[in-house]
Amino acid sequence: MATPLLAGRGISLSFGGINALDGVAFAVEKGELFSIIGPNGAGKTSLLNCISGRYRPTRGAVLLDGQDITRRTTNQRAGLGIGRTFQNLALFGHMTVLDNIMVGRHHQLSHGFLTGMIYWIGGAEREEQTHRREVEEIIDFLEIQHIRGEIAGTLPYGLRKRVELARAVALKPRLLLLDEPMAGMNLEEKEDMARYIIDLNEEWGITVVMIEHDMGVVMDISHRVMVLDFGKKIAEGIPEDVQRHPDVRRAYLGADEAALLGTA
Amino acid sequence: MHPCGDFRTSYRADMTIFPTRASAYACVAGVLLLAAVPLVFDIYVLTLLIQIGYYGVAALGLNILVGFTGQISLGHSAFFGFGAFASAWLNNRFGIPVLLAIPLAGLMTAAVGVLFGVPAARIKGLYLAIATLASQFILQDFFARADWFTGGSAGAAAAPVAVGGFAFDTDQRYFYVVLVAVVAMYLGAANLLRTRDGRALVAVRDHYLSAEIMGINLTRYRILSFGISSFYAGVGGALFGHYLGFVSIEGFDILLSIQFLGMIIIGGLGSIMGSIMGTAFLVLLPEVMETAVKALAASGLGQMQAVADGIVYFKEMAIGLAIILFLIFEPDGLAHRWRQTKAYWKLYPFSY
Ligand SMILES: Nc1ncnc2c1ncn2[C@@H]1O[C@H](COP(=O)(O)OP(=O)(O)OP(=O)(O)O)[C@@H](O)[C@H]1O
Ligand SMILES: [Mg+2]
Repeated sequence: MATPLLAGRGISLSFGGINALDGVAFAVEKGELFSIIGPNGAGKTSLLNCISGRYRPTRGAVLLDGQDITRRTTNQRAGLGIGRTFQNLALFGHMTVLDNIMVGRHHQLSHGFLTGMIYWIGGAEREEQTHRREVEEIIDFLEIQHIRGEIAGTLPYGLRKRVELARAVALKPRLLLLDEPMAGMNLEEKEDMARYIIDLNEEWGITVVMIEHDMGVVMDISHRVMVLDFGKKIAEGIPEDVQRHPDVRRAYLGADEAALLGTA
Repeated sequence: MHPCGDFRTSYRADMTIFPTRASAYACVAGVLLLAAVPLVFDIYVLTLLIQIGYYGVAALGLNILVGFTGQISLGHSAFFGFGAFASAWLNNRFGIPVLLAIPLAGLMTAAVGVLFGVPAARIKGLYLAIATLASQFILQDFFARADWFTGGSAGAAAAPVAVGGFAFDTDQRYFYVVLVAVVAMYLGAANLLRTRDGRALVAVRDHYLSAEIMGINLTRYRILSFGISSFYAGVGGALFGHYLGFVSIEGFDILLSIQFLGMIIIGGLGSIMGSIMGTAFLVLLPEVMETAVKALAASGLGQMQAVADGIVYFKEMAIGLAIILFLIFEPDGLAHRWRQTKAYWKLYPFSY
């Protein structure tokens, strides 16, 4: 079997007394759209943080393409092709939308401050233009042309989420981590977002790991789903199987059950 | 904000440092007008403009550190001083032409800035403020002790800028040296901010966690920002030294550091043009106050002893008062006010 693009080996993470993650093991194949679900506080964001480098697991390892990246810093992992968005908005609020997205190009650009300051002479201008053209493709794809010059912090919530996605895509990720990309959106915005994610996965060939609470969307678009509860993996598989899994139903017992079945 | 009808047709046109073509022309025209100043105005005006020039270069450096990267420095004047001494030293000791010594002094100052920036990159807020205060005192102490570098209490002579046999030794001539330096340094900063490393600095300021996720090495950029900021301070200081012809160890104190902060707060944190506006404001303010005080003293009111004493203090207080008033009423600085005024006139008379 081919090496999975992303693999977690017995990832544990504790904060003082709390075990946010407890021996979580999983593998995501190249080209997959993989979702992580679980009740609030289950450890989903913590797991994403371990993958992107924000947290270092107390035990276990994270492998990208078979290579152990557990000791790599966050910014190095961006260079390896891991992009992500945050559960809470995390744009560069005072920059324009365009500049926000261009920051995503950080690793792709080679002109630093020295040649940057003499813009016209050292080739920085040409480089900026080349990347600008590519970034415009992302902007077109996510349909944010009309706001490219706006200051990111002044945009409405749904658009900001989209800009954040654009910024992560600008990084040319092999692996895209999305933390609740549809939280707080209305139905129409959710449908758009789902379409973008599917296109990124299918047409742009980006492997996606997504945390999402909207079960309807998750069960609809994911290839496989992993369920966390109290830091432990309780199920993993194709959406239909996961939905039927008794432990999953127990974890979601009560008010959330309807949500799990996607009937909410 | 673009006037109606000004559409961009290429990425190149959309990526200029000037928001509109008109503003580019205005800038060029402004520089050309300034170039004519020595032909028209007297030494008094030239002196003020030269001061605005070298302080303005240093203030821009501080703005890159504070306004664009979101750090703080209470020791900027020490780097300004270091640049002044370094340039004089390079010229006196090694005979390096002044015109070359000025940028080299900038590089030396940048190296010192990086040195102090290394520990500073790991701390934030109040702790960082205190650490930079330490750099202020360490450098001041160094100036007083390092006779070989600064001439100690005697100070150091700084030769005028000379190219071939032509010496820029009058205010009229030196004005052009400063003008070229200001234009180059400001263009450099504008370019920096529209390329990778400049965006990275702002990203670190706006959201350091996202910046890191985007692949930005926080430590590197926090240190880099100290380096760039010190480079500007060093060049500004060198211009200052060669203007006065003499660099003394006094004057590069915390008060001047605070004034640099005042310049960028008044001008607008995170605004390139704001840096020079704020500098102009703080350089001109004492002059205006001086005139006002003189007028007041000459009037009947000035004859009263209490008022006569008071107006002297009032002049001293003006800078502090200006900073406080700006912080309260115009926290975005002169640059912001300027943009709003422009926006108002652009749509006039339909400015709603
Ligand atoms: N930095 C931290 N310090 C202390 N505890 C933390 C930290 N980060 C997460 N935790 C704890 O770890 C557990 C898992 O949190 P996490 O944010 O990963 O949950 P989640 O599944 O993303 O929840 P939600 O659906 O609400 O976003 C929680 O109990 C949380 O309080
Ligand atoms: Mg979460």
